[in-house]
Amino acid sequence: MTKLLQKSATLCAALALAGAACSAPQLPTGPRDDTFVLGLSSEFDNLSPVLGFSPDGGSLIFDGLMSRSPDLTLRPALAAEPPAVSEDGLTVTFTLKEGLKFHDGKPLTSQDVEYTYEALLDPANNSTIRSDYSAIKDVAAPDPLTVVFRLGHPYAPLVQRTTLGIVPKGTLEKTRPVGSGPYRFVSWTPGDRIVLEANQSYWGGAPAISRLVLAFAPDDNVRATRVRAGDFDATVLPPKAAAGLRGQPGMTVYDVPSADYRAIMYPMTRPVTGDPAIRRALGLALDRQAMVDTILAGAGVPAYGPISPDTRWYEPEVAGATDPAAAGRLLDEAGWTMGPDGVRARNGTEARFTLMYPAGDSLRKELALAAASDAKKIGLLVEPAGLDWDTIEARLGQDAAVMGFGSPYDPDYVNYELFHSDFKGRGFLNPGRYDNPEADRLLEQGRASGDQAERERAYAGFQKVIRNDEVFSYLVFLKHVYVVRGEYDGIVPGVDGHDHATGGLFAGIHTWKPAA
Amino acid sequence: MRAVLKMVAWRAAFAAPLLVIVTIGMFALAQASPFDPVRQYLGERALVTSPEVAESIRQNWGLDRPVLEQYATWFGNLVSGDLGESRSLHRPVVEIIGDRLGWTLLATGSALVLMFAGSLAVGTLAAWRRGSWLDRAITGGAFANEAAPVFWLGLLAIWIFAVQLDWLPAGGLTDPAAVAIDPADVFTHMILPVTVLAVSQSSWLILYVRESVIGVLREDFVIGARARGLRERTVLVRHALRSALLPFLTLLGARMPELVTGAILVETVFSWPGVAAASVQAALAVDFPLLAALTLLGTAAVLAGNLLADIAYTVADPRVRTLGVS
Repeated sequence: MTKLLQKSATLCAALALAGAACSAPQLPTGPRDDTFVLGLSSEFDNLSPVLGFSPDGGSLIFDGLMSRSPDLTLRPALAAEPPAVSEDGLTVTFTLKEGLKFHDGKPLTSQDVEYTYEALLDPANNSTIRSDYSAIKDVAAPDPLTVVFRLGHPYAPLVQRTTLGIVPKGTLEKTRPVGSGPYRFVSWTPGDRIVLEANQSYWGGAPAISRLVLAFAPDDNVRATRVRAGDFDATVLPPKAAAGLRGQPGMTVYDVPSADYRAIMYPMTRPVTGDPAIRRALGLALDRQAMVDTILAGAGVPAYGPISPDTRWYEPEVAGATDPAAAGRLLDEAGWTMGPDGVRARNGTEARFTLMYPAGDSLRKELALAAASDAKKIGLLVEPAGLDWDTIEARLGQDAAVMGFGSPYDPDYVNYELFHSDFKGRGFLNPGRYDNPEADRLLEQGRASGDQAERERAYAGFQKVIRNDEVFSYLVFLKHVYVVRGEYDGIVPGVDGHDHATGGLFAGIHTWKPAA
Repeated sequence: MRAVLKMVAWRAAFAAPLLVIVTIGMFALAQASPFDPVRQYLGERALVTSPEVAESIRQNWGLDRPVLEQYATWFGNLVSGDLGESRSLHRPVVEIIGDRLGWTLLATGSALVLMFAGSLAVGTLAAWRRGSWLDRAITGGAFANEAAPVFWLGLLAIWIFAVQLDWLPAGGLTDPAAVAIDPADVFTHMILPVTVLAVSQSSWLILYVRESVIGVLREDFVIGARARGLRERTVLVRHALRSALLPFLTLLGARMPELVTGAILVETVFSWPGVAAASVQAALAVDFPLLAALTLLGTAAVLAGNLLADIAYTVADPRVRTLGVS
C-alpha cells in the first residue's frame, strides 16, 4: 500500500510538471487587475492561530498584539503601545487600541485576546505550538482594553511571541476564520486555493491589492512554469528553479536572507563524535562556500553558528575559514593518527561515524555527501545514511544527523531547547545530549533578563561557547527566493524564518501598491 | 418483486458483518503502519515540539490506550453516527465527505455513462465487422489499453491534450485565478479525467460485448430474423445486442472495485478534489478517522454496485425472476 502511494505521489509530481506546462497558455479570462495570485508550495493544515497557523505574523487574516516589520523590529498592532513589563519580569501588560473590530463587525476586546491564549494553552485543543507559550501561567482581561500576562518564570521573548493572531472569543474555527487583519477570508478549496478579500476598514489602511488568491502547487517546476506563464503573480522557488526567471522582463527575483540553517548534529556521548578535536577538525575541513555555490546555486551564506549574520544578535567573532591542513594538525595532536587505508584511528578506535539525513530531502542529502567528501580529505570516514524521520529520531543519541533549525526573531527561540542540558535527549530537543553549565547559564540569563544589553552579552557569550565546543557543525544559511511579476512599490525584503508560506516576503503584501 | 426484496435483505444481512471485518482489517493495518500520526499532525513543528506536548496529543486521541479499546471506541462512535474529526484536515469527516462526494459522483458517474455508451457501440461494431481491419484495431487497442496502468494513461492524455495540443486544462476543478465555480469551467476541466477513467475501464467491456454479440449472431433466432428479411441494423441492435447484454450486467457488479481504484488514481493524477483523492492524502497522513470512513464508503460502493447489477439482472431476465437468485 505504501509503495503504491509512493508511486502515485511520484507520479503526481511528474504529472504536475507536465500539467503546469499545459495550463500555462490558457490565461484567465475575466478582468484580473484586482486579483493577485500567490503560488505557495505547501497548503496550510488549518487557519486557526490557536492551533498553530502563522504564529510569527504574516497570516494576512489575523492581527497579533504586536506585528513584525521586515527589519524584525516589533511595533504595536492590536496593542496601542509596546507592553509594560513589571520589575520582576513576571507580569506583562498590554493596552489595546480603541474601536478594533473583527471582519464580521463585532468588537475585538481583551476578552478575545484572553480567550485566544487560553485556548492555545489548553491541552485539550492539541495545539502544535503550545510548548512555545509554556512560560505563560495565566492571562487576564481586567477591562475591555487591558490584557495582563502572568508568567511562571521571567521570559524576555514573550513580546516576540505576541505576534500570534487573535481570534474571536468562543470560536475554534479552523477552516473559515474570522480575524481582524488586512484581508478577510472568502473561501478555501482544500488542495487547491484560498481566496481572500481586502478588509476595506482595516485600521492600518485598506490594502491596494483588493483580492488575493493563495494557490497551492507543491511541485517547484509547476510553480516556476505557472509564474512564467502569468498564472501566478508571485511565488517562492528553490534557487535552481528560479535561475531561469532572473532577468526576465516584467519579473523581479528577490533573494531574501533567512535564519534557516542546515548543520551537522553530533552525538556528544559517543567515542568519536564526542571528541571535540574530531568535531573541530571536521568544522575546519568543510568547504561551506562550495556548498553554497554548487548545492544552493549561490542562494545562501556559509554558517558558523545558530544566529543569522543578518540579525542584530549575531556575534561577529563566530566566523571561520576552510583549512584542511589545520584540521589535520588538530587531529594529529589529539592522537588520531592516519592509518594505511586513509582513515585515522586512536587506540584502536577508527575515526568513523554515520551521518543521517531524511531520505526524501535532497538538499540535506547533497549536504551530507559534500560533508562526507570533505571529511575524507582529512582522514575521517563519514558514512551518509538516508533514513525516515522515525528511525532518525530513535538514533539521535548514537549517530550524527543533518538538521535544520533557525529563527531570526529571538535567540532564545529553539536554541534554549537545543542546547540547554534540561532538554538532553528529549526527542529532537538537544539531540546530541550536549551538557555545558556555562551554556546553560548564558541561555537562562538571556531568557530571563529584561535588559537588552545584558541579553546581547549573554547571547554573544553563548554563541562563542557553542562555536568553541563545535556542538553542531553549521553548514549554510539558506536564502529564500521569491519571484514577483509586475511592478510594485512597498516590497521590503527582511530576514525570513524557517516558515515562509505567507510569513516571508508576502507578509507585507497588504502594503504593496502597483507602481504608477 | 418478492425475489428482489428477498435478495436485498440477504445482501444487507451479509453486508453488515462484511463491513465490520473490513473495519477490523483496516484498523490492524493502521496499527502496523510505520508512520506516526502525531508526527504527521505536527508536521515541521515535530522537531521543535517538546515530547510532553506530543504525548498529550497522543492521549487526547486515545492512541495510548490498548488497541482493542481504541477500536471499540471508534466502532461505538461509528454506530452512533459520529465519524469523528479528520486529523489532517481539521474538519469533521462528515463535512469533508459531504464537500467532496459530489465531485466524485459527478466524475465517476459521467465516466460510467461514457464507458457504457462507448463500449457498447465499439464492441458491437467490432462484432459486426468481425475479422476486418477495424475489428483487429479495436481488439488490439483494447488489449493494449487493458495492460496500460490508469495513471500512465492519465499522464499520456495530459501530455497530448494539455501540453502538446493545449486544448484542455491539465488538472484541477477550475482555472487558477477563478474565484467562483463556473459550470463551463468545471466542464472543460472534467473532460480529461472522465475520458481517461472511462477509457481505462472500457477494454473488458468492449471485448466482452464483441464476444457476446458474435456468439449471439450465430444463434438460430438471429438467423431466423435475417431469414424474415429484417434490416441488418434491426437484427444487430434489437435482437443480437439485446440478448448479448444479459450476462454483462453481472459482470458490471464484479467490476466495481476496479472502478473505485481507477477513480483514486484518476483523481490524484488530475488533482480532482473528490473523495478518492482525499483517501490518498488520508493514508499518507495516517489520518485514521478519515481513511476509515473513506474505506467504508468504498466498500459500500462495491457492495451497492453488485446489488444493483443483480437487481437489474433479475428485472431484465424473466428466467432469473422465476427461478430466483441465491
